[in-house]
Amino acid sequence: MSGHTITRAQLSEAVYQEVGLSRNESSELLEMVLHEISQALAEGEAVKISSFGSFSVRQKGQRVGRNPKTGDEVPILPRKVLVFRPSQLLKAQINAGLGD
Amino acid sequence: MTKSELIARLAERNPHLYQRDIERIVSTIFDEISSALARGDRVELRGFGAFSVKRREARLGRNPRTGESVDVSEKAVPYFKTGKQLRDMLNTDGDE
Repeated sequence: MSGHTITRAQLSEAVYQEVGLSRNESSELLEMVLHEISQALAEGEAVKISSFGSFSVRQKGQRVGRNPKTGDEVPILPRKVLVFRPSQLLKAQINAGLGD
Repeated sequence: MTKSELIARLAERNPHLYQRDIERIVSTIFDEISSALARGDRVELRGFGAFSVKRREARLGRNPRTGESVDVSEKAVPYFKTGKQLRDMLNTDGDE
């Protein structure tokens, strides 16, 4: 485990190396990919990327929470949360490096 | 939306690009994220979310059908934490 953090910079560099676009265009395309996915999810659509995983939106009901500092009861309003389910392939890939 | 629908939507917005190149761009992005995670790296995309790997300790599990105990070895699972901006987007869709 190397423990580095990869950001947009490295992803758009990879796109730049792979396709014959400028660095600028590569980073714009990465942004567009993230935007299209976000947009679909915001509209309640699930997003399935084969061999990677799927993102879906789940509706959570209202429940009673507590302010941990004061102990006061506060309602947690109904909200939508995003769930990522990794594909079998991604899970296998991540465990391949574990050495067992 | 599937991966091919994502590619189709991007192609629509980028008529100057070959569909083949868009396919490569999309694949490259997800392949890079996957290999980063396989190396044990984190992938942080501000506003969108962060992918990381969590370790699950070895444990004694049970076959739910037979009740027999089975050794479950240590494993790593990919985890995604939604970014603040995306989380807000999910909850401001005008349907509440």
